[in-house]
Amino acid sequence: MDTMFLGTLSALILFPIVVALILLVVKSDGARGAIVKVSALLIALGSIVLAVLYYMRGGQQFAFEGETISYIMMAIEICLALVIIVLSVKYKKYAAGLLAIIQTPIMVWFELTHGHEIVVGYNLYVDGLSIIMALIIGIIGSIITVYALGYMKDFQHHNPEQKDRRPWFFFIMFVFLAAMFGLVTSNNLVWMYFFWEITSLSSFFLIGYTKTTEATNNSFRALIMNLSGGLAFCLAIVFIGITCETIELSQLLSIGLAGGFGIYLVIPVGLLAFAGITKAAQMPFNSWLLGAMVAPTPVSALLHSSTMVKAGVFLIVKLSPLMGAWLPGAAFGGGVLEVNYAGLMVMFVGGLTFLLASCAAISQSNAKRVLAYSTVANLGLIVLCAALGTPAGVWAAIMLIIFHAIAKSLLFLSVGTTEHRIGSRDIEDMDGLFVRLPKVAIYMIIGICGMFLAPFGMLISKWAGMVSIIEASNPLIIIMFVFGSAVTLFFWSKWLGKLCAVVAGRDDHESIGIPGEEKFVLSLLAFLTVAVCLFFPVLSSSVVVPYLETAFQGADLALIANSNLIIMAILVAVLVLMVAFFFGKTKKRIVPIYLSGENVGDNLTFRNSLKQPQQAQLKNWYMQTYFGEKKMNRIGIISTVFVIGCTFILMAAYTIYVLIMMGGVA
Amino acid sequence: MPEEFGAINIISLVAYLVLAPFVGGLLAGLDRKISARMQGRFGPPILQPFYDVSKLRQKEGITVNKVQDFYMGAFFFFIILTGAFFFAGGDLLLVIFTLTTASVFLIVAAYSSNSPYAEVGAERELLSMMAYEPMVLLVIIGFYVACGTFNVSEILAADIPAIVYLPGLFIGYVFILTLKFRKSPFDLSMSHHGHQELVKGLTTEMSGKTLAWLEIAHWYENVFLLGIVYLFVAFADVWSIPVAVVVCLLMYFFETYIDNNYARMKWQIAINSSWIVAVTFGFVNICAIYLLQIFGIIR
Amino acid sequence: MSSITKSPWVIHYDGSSCNGCDIEVLACLTPMYDAERFGIINTGNPKHADIFLVTGGVNEQNKNVVKQIYEQMPEPKVVVAVGICACSGGIFADCYNILGGVDTVIPVDVYVPGCAARPEAIIDGIVQGLGVLAEKKAKMDRGELPCADGCSCSK
Repeated sequence: MDTMFLGTLSALILFPIVVALILLVVKSDGARGAIVKVSALLIALGSIVLAVLYYMRGGQQFAFEGETISYIMMAIEICLALVIIVLSVKYKKYAAGLLAIIQTPIMVWFELTHGHEIVVGYNLYVDGLSIIMALIIGIIGSIITVYALGYMKDFQHHNPEQKDRRPWFFFIMFVFLAAMFGLVTSNNLVWMYFFWEITSLSSFFLIGYTKTTEATNNSFRALIMNLSGGLAFCLAIVFIGITCETIELSQLLSIGLAGGFGIYLVIPVGLLAFAGITKAAQMPFNSWLLGAMVAPTPVSALLHSSTMVKAGVFLIVKLSPLMGAWLPGAAFGGGVLEVNYAGLMVMFVGGLTFLLASCAAISQSNAKRVLAYSTVANLGLIVLCAALGTPAGVWAAIMLIIFHAIAKSLLFLSVGTTEHRIGSRDIEDMDGLFVRLPKVAIYMIIGICGMFLAPFGMLISKWAGMVSIIEASNPLIIIMFVFGSAVTLFFWSKWLGKLCAVVAGRDDHESIGIPGEEKFVLSLLAFLTVAVCLFFPVLSSSVVVPYLETAFQGADLALIANSNLIIMAILVAVLVLMVAFFFGKTKKRIVPIYLSGENVGDNLTFRNSLKQPQQAQLKNWYMQTYFGEKKMNRIGIISTVFVIGCTFILMAAYTIYVLIMMGGVA
Repeated sequence: MPEEFGAINIISLVAYLVLAPFVGGLLAGLDRKISARMQGRFGPPILQPFYDVSKLRQKEGITVNKVQDFYMGAFFFFIILTGAFFFAGGDLLLVIFTLTTASVFLIVAAYSSNSPYAEVGAERELLSMMAYEPMVLLVIIGFYVACGTFNVSEILAADIPAIVYLPGLFIGYVFILTLKFRKSPFDLSMSHHGHQELVKGLTTEMSGKTLAWLEIAHWYENVFLLGIVYLFVAFADVWSIPVAVVVCLLMYFFETYIDNNYARMKWQIAINSSWIVAVTFGFVNICAIYLLQIFGIIR
Repeated sequence: MSSITKSPWVIHYDGSSCNGCDIEVLACLTPMYDAERFGIINTGNPKHADIFLVTGGVNEQNKNVVKQIYEQMPEPKVVVAVGICACSGGIFADCYNILGGVDTVIPVDVYVPGCAARPEAIIDGIVQGLGVLAEKKAKMDRGELPCADGCSCSK
């Protein structure tokens, strides 16, 4: 059993790399299609098998022959650092090179000296959270690669000036998946760091795929921000390695929970959380994720739903037990000086990001940017819930991760398909999509409802998040949450309304020619969005709750009542049935709309005061003076930099204190 | 739903489902009568709203597209469900989220017509939702902070009425009731008063039975909204029940009074004022309870 | 008496009136006459209205508007022509652009004379219109007009 499990796990990490290498050399469309489809299926099956085996076995940690692998990783790391340096010189983006020059030697030095002496018991670690992440990566991630097949063909067709670099594109996509599998199952922090850096680099290549100036600039911005997170990660490893002689995440968690670190826990947790914040595109680092919109849509879908940003929140959720405002353990009595500033930092960054990114989403008419801001906002909420450090908060965070992954990928992909059909990704141009591209519009509607409306998953998770936020008794966070929620409601509903408008005289002639892969993937994701809601209570009790029980070691769980989840699941079923039986079935006479008696007859045109026909124009609200993007970002950057800065000053003070103490002891 | 889902819950649930339309309709009739008297008119019969609905049900069935009726049906269903959860003594958050879903269905119904008047109405309705939503959530949070539960039955079983702890939230809630009842000065999206610059806003493209259902849904909704006022005042003491009912009626007629004394204001004022009220009254109230709890003055 | 007559909702359209009658229509809503006593509401929306009040004659510019508003009102519906111009074109009848009274474009059920029509007369006209409304409702029930479900049955 053990070997089978380990086999599946290593296959999940290694198989995508093999596929990636094959795809790098395969040039024909047909062969690539076949390979991608088969391997996506295998990866998805693999992740399901992993989940099944996990439940049959019930175990968690794995010793894994590590010594040689660590050296191989180190070698690859050095090579990648060299690649970054060369590229940064080539494109004159020296900051990226500088960051690589700083962190790689630190890491190599650490691994060869201190790290070498530390005995690592378990390199890999699988728990409920890893399994959920693996399922998301395995299913959603590979679905996106299949979608990319049709999309990229269209993309090359729409952008003939682009050189066909699809082998490279699919190579990176699969490397990305492999790195994500590695990341969510690593227990050895050095390994996790390795995979962490690979995801940063992969997203760099994907964002810069089109090689335009904008793409290159944005990809470097993403790289620099993520490398700065990587630097924090690397410092955290060094700190943990030196102070407590371990580089295992599980060890860090149990030492922390036992109070072994005392107040100095703030340092490693703060650094790791900072790394998570950069990767999860929290303010002030949200600009990299928005910049990533220049990439082809499957890339956005991948970055937003199953990979990259989810790596950031994964780390923060994992660290959650150490982020409670008042920690358990001897050193923590609850005095003002002994507040866990790392947790507070993440909490405030998450809360501010949730509020301000939601506001900024109102001012956007570009569908992909709305989605991007909503991702940033949702990640803020996830991070906020996780930073509360309570089981209920983590429950909400994990549920948000699951539903966000599904609904967001569905939304991105349907926007991508729409863009290729109607030639625009502007929400104003999606007027009456309901009649023009009925199927895609319905998928998009399902995705949007899934993002904010009861009885769908995100709302229930948000509900749980709200309960745990209230429990945390922090009025500032509460106020951010309630305003953020109200704003979220606004920007989703106005988009939903645009889609639902039945514009007369527009026929369904634009949906001809959607690639088969896209149709299949969209319908599958739409099905998943609804189906997962139906299985919500089961998901909670069989997957998430067991994880919480182990992660918080017997703390009182205090989750939202399962009966409420069941009510919601029933409501979803009722809604589905209502749609099935009553949607569009009216026997009433259809009449023209009221245009002050001057309706020319097509429901769009009226006669103006000069008796000339004029088209009615209906636009959404963007409220630039209230929620302008620049304004929101400015407020966000100032406030979050202030929060992070204060925490870092405290951390630096603690570090100096630790160094003095160590010197004193020596 | 609470574990102790007892007879009292079933009675109030059934009472709500059966009586709410009558109570809501009567209140609407009284509202019109009192408004008329305030304006020095005689006014319509008290039962006028029922005549209106009955008439609308007999009108010819026309609609502007095949889907609007579905959205309206969903709106009706979710509105009733909202009140049902509430009067069955359920979870306040569940209640509020269901209400939000219902409101979104109404907005989508208006959007779906693609009529300029209805769509502007829908957008304004959305705007008012954004304006009142923070306050509504703060009220729910306030109940939790003060009573330690989201459960309606348990809040009603408290020893002290919630309003003692939540005066600020009560004021805030009454403020946003103007938006929820769509009364002047915040009847942005549609109005029951005469001629409007938006024709009938949200409801422009609805007629006959659809409009009748909308009216009945509003009666259900209004009764539920007053139920929250009731929740502020009522507690374990039996005598608090008539007091709470009187407070509900007073608040309802207070809204009528406001309605008759103000002209419609700009949307900027609607959103600014309700957000400011949410931050001042709501936030300060919640901070105060937390502080009092920390210093051990209450509970 | 069925409730169809207890809640007359009105839409008022000003054709080419001199505004005299329009002021009288609005006067009906004032405390002095208080048309709401009878449940009369000025909706301003044909889709909500039962009674179509037209003031002024119909001209080339607005004949389609009058027709369209009439068509957009759901059955049963009644048209009340208010004032002599709406009844017959009045002193404008011979103008080059005037078609005549409202009945030149849509069927009129009640004629309210006067220049301008007095509020009492207007309210009386509407109340007379209610009788017509009840008749039309009866016709609807007999299947001679579209029924409330909107189907083409002839129950």
